[in-house]
Amino acid sequence: MSAGRRRAGLGLRLASAGVMAFLYFPLTIIFVYAFTTQSAGFRFPPPGLTTEWFGTAFRNPEIWAALRLSLSVAAVATAVALVLGSLLAAAVARTKFFGRDAISFIVLLPIALPGIVTGIALRSSIVLAGVDLSMWTIAVAHATFCVVIVYNNVVARLRRSSPFIVEASADLGATGIQTFRYIVLPNIATALLAGAILAFALSFDEIIVTTFTAGQQKTLPIWIFQSLFRPRQRPVTNVVAILVIAITFVPILVAQILTRDPATTMSQDRTR
Amino acid sequence: MAVVAEVPRAPASPPRRAGAFFYRHVRLKLLLLLLPGIVWFGVVYLGSLAALVVYSFYRLEEFTGLVVRDFGFGTYQELFTASNVDIILRTTLMAAAVTVVCGLLAFPLAYYMVRYASPAMKTVLYIGVLMPLWSSYLVRALAWRQILAGEGILFWALDKVGLDGVMRALLDVPVVGGPSIVQSYLGMLSVFVYLWLPFMILPLVAALERVPPSYLEASSDLGAPPQLTFRRVVFPLALPGLIAGSIFTFSLTLGDFIIPTFFGSSAFFIGTQVYTQQGVAGNLPLAAAFTVVPMVIMTFYLLTARRLGAFEAL
Repeated sequence: MSAGRRRAGLGLRLASAGVMAFLYFPLTIIFVYAFTTQSAGFRFPPPGLTTEWFGTAFRNPEIWAALRLSLSVAAVATAVALVLGSLLAAAVARTKFFGRDAISFIVLLPIALPGIVTGIALRSSIVLAGVDLSMWTIAVAHATFCVVIVYNNVVARLRRSSPFIVEASADLGATGIQTFRYIVLPNIATALLAGAILAFALSFDEIIVTTFTAGQQKTLPIWIFQSLFRPRQRPVTNVVAILVIAITFVPILVAQILTRDPATTMSQDRTR
Repeated sequence: MAVVAEVPRAPASPPRRAGAFFYRHVRLKLLLLLLPGIVWFGVVYLGSLAALVVYSFYRLEEFTGLVVRDFGFGTYQELFTASNVDIILRTTLMAAAVTVVCGLLAFPLAYYMVRYASPAMKTVLYIGVLMPLWSSYLVRALAWRQILAGEGILFWALDKVGLDGVMRALLDVPVVGGPSIVQSYLGMLSVFVYLWLPFMILPLVAALERVPPSYLEASSDLGAPPQLTFRRVVFPLALPGLIAGSIFTFSLTLGDFIIPTFFGSSAFFIGTQVYTQQGVAGNLPLAAAFTVVPMVIMTFYLLTARRLGAFEAL
């Protein structure tokens, strides 16, 4: 702002602080109840504090199995999303063709439509096709809504970078593979990484589509969901919740920082 | 860029010829780039949506409990019985209420971020809003189950400041109230708002960032008091952002079955009904017909949103 930054009114500052507190306060509750000595309820303040639930969770093979399943589903879904998302992005970013807008729209659809729609649609076609529900059906479903994350990140990056660097590379005698390796890939690397991290986090946390595309398999969110119906050992659920927060929080933070700072690779290309 | 110079010059090798070939045949390159994605989304996703719509025209044989694959409108007649219409209305109203409350809470923070926050503060707030958006939805719902519990922190805090009577009075209000906050629509609304709020804040920030400060100066130079500037300049320009955000808050609420399972009365929502019909009841045709409702609602919503320019704020 040219006129200089004025100070916001007290009301506006309080409202903003209040909304931020509203967003973060509930997460602290997850931590508090992971340490409570009360096994069945949510008395506040907790009657006592203990770390025994962490041991209980650690010794539970079901939790380990769920964690392994969630990680493998997320890995497969992310890999598929990376390939499909970046190919589509490469097609859309530079060329104009009939139906280009439709691509962006269709890719967005799996997360724009309610989760139950995507979930039950995939389930009915899986059942219709006679395929057994397995880890792979979950991964296919997750990949479908993860593509848009990679796609958006890569499209945004390609639009910001100069279209001439690829031609310049070819003019200087590089093959297609060399141009990809030395020019295109360094340019979109951080966008790909950020997209991959976010897709991974999205898949790792997902429950609604998962419920419909899983058979007897239990991902970590499904384990948490089912544990909410159990009356005993409630703090164990909170321990697992902390695990989920820990696994997703730091990578997401990294992804946000990667996408917010485009200066590193781009400006070098422009200035040199 | 330095790396360009390092690229060795090679004679016309196969990869080079391939590169030249694709440079000349842009359409073919385009087709190859598009093919995997189009096949995946065309077959896996759109195919599934089509299968779902087809399923909604099948019906469940009452006696055998098997799905009869005859094309008909029987399931839709069942969909439009009074109790099912109630479910649709209840869910849509909840989605609308969630959207409005999200908009009201998002505006001050978004406005503060764009107009007043220092660049460093803005980055902190921006990432602060983004983090919950990406982090576990179920974990955050779990947190609310514990906050709203009868012996939990909310009532403990209200009791400390002597406002527990106010809460009890609120719970006595018909419709929004209930036997406890967890079992009330008020509780359900709070949880939905909490979960989807970041989805409203971010597009709103994007829209507000596009309002040139000079417009505000011009408005006040021409004598408009702040409220008038807000109503006639800021709000109309922020509207695409609000609509973009509302796509998420509305759609996510319409399709949720986790929150209505744990919060609110035992009354069904679209999500819980779909879940029950396809699972316990084994009535996939009715479940499919129920999901066609949010699909139709969201299609109209998206078309309207696009006309109002909301996609530019996404």
